[in-house]
Order: sequence, then C-alpha cells, then structure tokens
Amino acid sequence: MAKLPGWRELPRGAVILEPGSSVRYKTDSWRVLRPVIDQERCIRCRICWTYCPEPAIIEVEEPYTTKTGRAYRISYRIDYDYCKGCGICAEECPVKAITMIEEVV
Amino acid sequence: MSSVTIATLPREELLAPGHRMCQGCGAAIVMRHLLKALGKNVIIAHATGCVEVTTTLYPETAWRVPWVHVAFENAAAVASGIEAAIKVLKRKGVIESSKKVKVVAIGGDGGTVDIGLQALSGMLERGHNILYVLYDNEAYMNTGIQRSGATPMYAWTTTTPAGKVWRGEWRRKKDIVSIVRAHGVPYAATVNFAYITDFYTKIRKAAEIEGPTFIHAFAPCVPGWRYEPHLTVKIAKLAVQTGIWVNYEIEKGVFRVTTPVPRRLPVGEYLKLQGRFAHLTKEEIETIQRIVDEDVEYINKLAGATVIGPVERKG
Repeated sequence: MAKLPGWRELPRGAVILEPGSSVRYKTDSWRVLRPVIDQERCIRCRICWTYCPEPAIIEVEEPYTTKTGRAYRISYRIDYDYCKGCGICAEECPVKAITMIEEVV
Repeated sequence: MSSVTIATLPREELLAPGHRMCQGCGAAIVMRHLLKALGKNVIIAHATGCVEVTTTLYPETAWRVPWVHVAFENAAAVASGIEAAIKVLKRKGVIESSKKVKVVAIGGDGGTVDIGLQALSGMLERGHNILYVLYDNEAYMNTGIQRSGATPMYAWTTTTPAGKVWRGEWRRKKDIVSIVRAHGVPYAATVNFAYITDFYTKIRKAAEIEGPTFIHAFAPCVPGWRYEPHLTVKIAKLAVQTGIWVNYEIEKGVFRVTTPVPRRLPVGEYLKLQGRFAHLTKEEIETIQRIVDEDVEYINKLAGATVIGPVERKG
C-alpha cells in the first residue's frame, strides 16, 4: 500500500478539491446480475436513465435504426464500471427491453 | 415556468457515480435529480446521514457542486451561516451582487425531524433564503436501522423489533411538513420521484422562491425496508397510489394536492412488498388502513375537495 499523506501535506481542513472524484472508485464488483439492453426493442423513453441511482445508464448521441426501420437519434448504454445491478431499469422498462443476466466470473 | 417532461430533464450529471449508496437506493435517485433540478449554482450543507457518509469517502467525493459536511443536528444552522456570509460578501463587493447562488441544506429524517429540528426551526424563523431538503427513508439507516420520528406505525426496526409483545413501531409518523408550515414559510412541498415531473417542478419552484422553503422527499431504503432492490420505484409509486404518501404543496398558505388519486389501492399492496411489515396480522393491516383513511380525510379537508378518493376493494 502506498504511503498515505501526512496532515501537513493535506489541504487545510482536509477539503476535497476535485469535484466528482468518486469516479475513480468502480462499483462493478457489487453486481450479481448484469442488465443488457436490447437496442432493437428499446423505444428511447428515457425511463431507465431516469431511475438509475448511480447514474450508470448513459445517454449517447448514437443514431440507431432498427430492423423494422425505426430511426433513433440517441441510444442508451450501460456503464458497467459503476452499475451495481439493482435491476430497477429492467423492472421499470415499459417494453421489457432490458434483461438481467447472471454475471459469470 | 415551462412544464417539465422526462424528455426535458437535463443530461448533465452533478452527482458522480462511484458513490457507495446501496444497490437500488431511493435516496440516490432523490439526490441525482435534486442536483439536476437545481443546477450548478448551489452550495450544499449536508447533515450526517446515509447520503453524506456514502458520497464522501475521503479523499473522494461524488458531488460536483460546492458541498460542506456538517454534524447531525446543524445542517440548517450551517446553511444559515453560508447564506448570511454571501449577503455580507455581496454588500462588501467581494461577490458580484447580481450573482445567483442558492444555499441548500440537506438532511435525512433523523437529521431533520429528530436531531436537527431545532436548527431547522431557527432557520425557518429567521427567514433565511435557503431550500431545506429532507430525504425520508423512515429510520436511521446508515447506523443500522434504528427508528426515528419519521418511522411509520408497525414498521420493524432494530430498536422497535417485532415479536409477541412489540409489534414494531407503536407511534405514528411525525408530520414534519405541518411543523414547517406552522412557521409561516412561503413554500413547503412533498415530492416522490415516481412522479418525476412533479418532483422537478416543485424543487425548481422552491429554489426560486426567496425565503425559507422546504421539500420533503420520499426515499425508499432497500436494506432498511427489507425489499428486493429492483422494487424501489414500484414501492415509491405504490406509496402514492395507496394514499400512504400524498404529493402536495403549500404555497403562501394555500394547500394543493399535486397528484390526485381518484381511487386508492388498499395499503396491503404497499406493505406486502416490504419485509419490515412482514410480521403484520390482518387486524394490524386494518389499523394501518384506518390511520391512512384518517390522514386522507385530513388532506381532503385541507384541499377542500375529495382529491384522494376511497379505497378500491378488489372482488
């Protein structure tokens, strides 16, 4: 383990100066079930994105056209570095486009 | 104010991932959308509680806005100090007087309805320009599920166990919004993230109003309420549909229910999903139903109309 800084090296009051630095800590190992989005079924309603507590569902500017010809401007991706596998997204998805599958090591 | 839809919610995340709030945490959803609704120009004073300990494990923080950790009892007092300091710095010309900064105090139910009540009362009485947000998970969850003044009747907690003699909590939940309203504040409201557009509308309204404003947010807790993590939003929705939780606002003394429920579901629908109510007998569930009926009657009286309807009995 690296040597921890002493109190003289820390900023006064031990304030944390970097906003959002918790991104350095990955919470993927918490997951037992892994959500997988079926891009064909997904209707881009934004509900999974809304109810993710992490946030581990990212809205990306990635156009997608389904086999039946429906074109979308955006897509949703799961950030597997942070997803804890709670399954809210799969439960709330109105078209059941998200399935929870078992993580295999 | 233009109306909010799910499509218009801001994409920018002001709460970073990597925080250690539980799988499916309700308070995490509250915080994420609270920050989205408020935007960047805020300073937060955060009382000790679940969210505080899980978002700021030294030397890291999940917050992307200025944030100060304070003790259990004094979030409102520290927020008052920050707000007063901003006023002085503006007067002295250190901060531009046109700069808009909203001071926000956040506390859990323990830090608000029990330990921080005195500081909150002082803040409301002095009339600071602060938004106070209470995220209510109905017990002291981070220390191991001890009951608080916000724990509902018959709920199991580690300090109100369920056995032959004790049947869980035996006192009713404290009505904190009425206590806040009694201070004559310009705005107080309850929010539930299952009704997300209502959630945003109220938080933005509360942040814009000059003076002390109060938001009471519903925050289901996976380990404390004993349910499967994927049910968080479902439980939040059922709380409204059964009338256990009512979304309302009190603006300049005018009471308005924002999510009317024409036909209520029986309370059992909400209780049966949670292990903290698993010990209840039929009679005890009936008692809870009676309490909710009473509360609904009171709400309807305040609203001056039947906004929350009768229970729909199946079969």
